[in-house]
Amino acid sequence: MKWILVIVMVAATVLSDLLQSHEMKRAGEQSVSACGFARLLHTIAQRRLLILGVACNAVSFFAFMALVQTEPLSFAVPASSASFVLETVLAKFVLHERIGARRAAGALAVLAGVVLVGG
Amino acid sequence: MTSLNTRSSVVMEGPRHSSGAALKTYFVLIFFLALKAAGNSWMAWGMKQVPERMSMNPALYLHAMLNPFVAMGIAALILALLTRMALLSLADLSFVLPVTAIGYVIAVFLGKIFLHETVSRQRWLGTLLIFAGAVLVGTTSRNTTPPAEDPK
Repeated sequence: MKWILVIVMVAATVLSDLLQSHEMKRAGEQSVSACGFARLLHTIAQRRLLILGVACNAVSFFAFMALVQTEPLSFAVPASSASFVLETVLAKFVLHERIGARRAAGALAVLAGVVLVGG
Repeated sequence: MTSLNTRSSVVMEGPRHSSGAALKTYFVLIFFLALKAAGNSWMAWGMKQVPERMSMNPALYLHAMLNPFVAMGIAALILALLTRMALLSLADLSFVLPVTAIGYVIAVFLGKIFLHETVSRQRWLGTLLIFAGAVLVGTTSRNTTPPAEDPK
């Protein structure tokens, strides 16, 4: 059961972030003023894939809550960082982001840090 | 706040790595981290005051929302989600993921200062690695994908 929850959580997180990144880049640069938030809500309402992304975010949140009810945080947090690796790889091949040596090294350091903090 | 509203900056400024836009990215990042830290703290504080144990019963969650700290926490976390989406409009996913991991560092410090949690040597090492990695990624160019084809 715990591995099913991990798979659901990681898959939902990855899908959510890929959809949000793809859609938000297409929507153009947003701001965080009161007007900015109103415009952002309008953008979300117009984009089905963005709504799907937010829904996946909710699925991943509830899967994480269910996981921490039965498993210790020291398992749940490193398990959730699996999405970090998958997303960075998919950002390169699906979203066509250029990941240079410096960004790759930084991402690896962060990943190691997250595993240490959670473990 | 109007100076931050660079709706047409992609079209107007041409180069997407202007220092103004980069500053805006860091501003939105800090705003996101503050909202997330405040939201999580209020939520944790409020949930400790709610007497019932949560279960699958949705009525319990609705009742918990009557606690002002839980309500403030939820509001802050919803704003944090929207702010993260704004951040994703400004920067790559492979940029946003590592730099927002600074949130773990903030959580460790908040736990240490306000909840007097003991932080093991392993956690301090992890915190240091996250911070160093995030700074390293933070200095890379934030947006490497081709310009959006349908800017609305």
